[in-house]
Amino acid sequence: MTNLKGYKDIPIGGMITEAGNSEKYKTGDWRSLKPIWNEEGCVHCLMCWVFCPDTAIIVEDGKMKGINYDHCKGCGICARECPRKEKALYMVKEE
Amino acid sequence: MATLKELSRVPEVLAPGHRMCAGCGAPIVVRQVLRAAKAPVAVANATGCLEVSTTIYPYTSWKSPFIHVAFENASASLSGVEAAYQSLKRQGKITDEIKFVAFGGDGGTYDIGLQSLSGAMERGHDMVYVCYDNGAYMNTGIQRSSATPMGADTTTTPVGSVRPGKLGWRKNLTKIMMAHGIPYVAQISPSHWNDLYQKAEKAFAVKGPAFLNAIAPCPRGWRHDSAETVQMTKLAVDTCFWPLFEAVDGKVRVTYKPRQKKPVVEFLKTQGRFRHLFRPENEGLIEQIQAEVDREWEELLALERLSQEQAAE
Amino acid sequence: MAAEQKRVAMTGNEAVAHCMRQIDPDVVAAYPITPQTDIVQYFSTFVSNGQVKTEFVTVESEHSAMSATLGASMAGARAMTATSSQGLALMWEVLHITSSYRAPVVMPVVNRALSGPINIHCDHSDTMGSLTTGWIQLYSESAQEAYDNLIQAVRIAEHPDVLLPVMVCQDGFITSHGIENLNLLPDETVKQFVGEYKPEHYLLDLENPITVGPLALQDYYTEVKYQQAKAMENAKQVILDVAAEYEKISGRKYGFFEAYKLDDAERAIVVLSSTAGTAKAVVDSLRARGEKVGLLKPRVLRPFPAKELVDALSSVQAVAIMDRADTFSTAGGQLFVEIRSALYESDKRPLMKNYILGLGGRDTTTREITKVYSDLAAALEKGRVEELITHLDVRE
Repeated sequence: MTNLKGYKDIPIGGMITEAGNSEKYKTGDWRSLKPIWNEEGCVHCLMCWVFCPDTAIIVEDGKMKGINYDHCKGCGICARECPRKEKALYMVKEE
Repeated sequence: MATLKELSRVPEVLAPGHRMCAGCGAPIVVRQVLRAAKAPVAVANATGCLEVSTTIYPYTSWKSPFIHVAFENASASLSGVEAAYQSLKRQGKITDEIKFVAFGGDGGTYDIGLQSLSGAMERGHDMVYVCYDNGAYMNTGIQRSSATPMGADTTTTPVGSVRPGKLGWRKNLTKIMMAHGIPYVAQISPSHWNDLYQKAEKAFAVKGPAFLNAIAPCPRGWRHDSAETVQMTKLAVDTCFWPLFEAVDGKVRVTYKPRQKKPVVEFLKTQGRFRHLFRPENEGLIEQIQAEVDREWEELLALERLSQEQAAE
Repeated sequence: MAAEQKRVAMTGNEAVAHCMRQIDPDVVAAYPITPQTDIVQYFSTFVSNGQVKTEFVTVESEHSAMSATLGASMAGARAMTATSSQGLALMWEVLHITSSYRAPVVMPVVNRALSGPINIHCDHSDTMGSLTTGWIQLYSESAQEAYDNLIQAVRIAEHPDVLLPVMVCQDGFITSHGIENLNLLPDETVKQFVGEYKPEHYLLDLENPITVGPLALQDYYTEVKYQQAKAMENAKQVILDVAAEYEKISGRKYGFFEAYKLDDAERAIVVLSSTAGTAKAVVDSLRARGEKVGLLKPRVLRPFPAKELVDALSSVQAVAIMDRADTFSTAGGQLFVEIRSALYESDKRPLMKNYILGLGGRDTTTREITKVYSDLAAALEKGRVEELITHLDVRE
């Protein structure tokens, strides 16, 4: 507990003033299975994105751009819901 | 009708790095609902999985203002936040448009939070209450709630030599909320994201209280593979175990009617919590569950017909 | 300079309701309960007649009253509620959360006995039980004090060094329903004194979104609690500063307690709220007979002014601590335990005795108080206290 802040250095009442800072907390190491995205096979339907519990599908300009492995927990919903299945998104064992 | 391409441009309110279990249904519901707010939101949350996992100090996954007070009072706490907004806006101290939304699990909504929810809805606060119903107290380790389906194996209704899991039917909370006569009530499922989006849009748009009841599987409590979460909700809808409907000013409309209603056994057999129902000693229970699902579905269709008849008059 | 004040005849509840009208909070969320009901009813009339700008939330329970008040406060509003007895008990869970979130909520409490048996009359079992909730507690002897304390409570609660909720207590029925003459400050004076509430962080600030009420575990819970303890410590000076400022506008003086003819007293009684009025009459008549008796009436129980109480009581030879609630510890009432503990630091410890009295509205008359003073005289004569804890006026 060396990097923990003292009582004078935290906002009062347990309030958190840095909105959305959980992004700094990595949950990627929870994975036992890893989704692999194959861009060529992807039709950018965004089913993976709309069903992801972890906001871990990267979408830019309405197009699937990849997977945020820092936070993806490997639940497998994206691959399960992908209409292209093996062609675009599939799960492999985490190394 | 919005496309996912369009929706993907709406900024996310729930940041990654939260510690909900892999495959949890609740954050899917949260993401899908908040996308329809069309204005900044202030969020209240009942104690529960969503609350503890998204706000482990010093981290928060909420990019919006967020308040958690306790288990049974998300609605009351948000009532106060909304009242402050009305007061400060009237005094010209605040000019922003803000939408108010509360999230609670079935424990915080069907059970311990029902009184404060009822009070807030009756008073007419301009807020959306979203229940993510995973059918048990999952945060404390899968104890039964009044939303737990008949026959489910939970840690307080364990399957034993004389009891086959939970005895008795689950409470129909959506109908209780309809009985409040509030402007908008709907039942939603993340599998039907477009239906969900349209309902959330309406819920946020109405002046006054709105209630959304979302099915949100818990892979641990339901005992299914984490990848199957969305499939579970799809089956719940297709078997009419979780019908999709809305009540706009009390007028009921079933928003999705399965072309071929699947037998409820299709839903039950996919989950470990119902496995014992298939043992010979529990013969007849599945038939009873099917009969109850049928009865509720028929009743819902009848309510819809009644609403149509009234509209035609 | 003191403002021109209006002399009025009012009940304690009416005085408090008018005070709330003058404070004109942004949000009030309250639920009626005997004997607080009048406060809510009077205030509702002010709302209906457009005399306040308040958003009034007619909640369905006290649990929701406290939750909504807390929500409003965290949202950036000046927020108030009011309650009694069972209502305070139902708020219990949220009382702790309110102080821990550092919400400067102000709440009049009309003291009433806790069930059971159910009883609507005064004792202090409700607020005595909430001494550990992290709220500042001010006690009032009269409607005037309830009024004055409530105005000061807003400033104490919202002070940046404090940011803690405040309960302002008065005795159920005795004060809340008894009509007395009191001085009301002009609306404008109260408005100026309480000023505008400007929180540093609040939920409705979209530019700086905050998360209120996260899960803080072994790594941070302690620090959050320590901040709270420091704030309560800071409240001591702030209470005195606000009182000094209030004296300037009202001409009425307040401190941690009122010492009545205590300077040269050999025997003293410590008693809260309305019973102090009765006890003062006894002090006067005993003094007229040449007896050196005095009284100490605590106003502030949280923060507990331990050092000041020691200073005030050290020279007294025998003290009776009067508790209007039992703790069932068999070791005495709450006030007794705390004051006796404070006096441990003194080299001159007086003889001390505890009385449990006035439960469920039972009257404490000059007869009982006179007996307490003569008990103290007997103890002084013997040089010891025979019975440490006495339940006053119990039938065999």
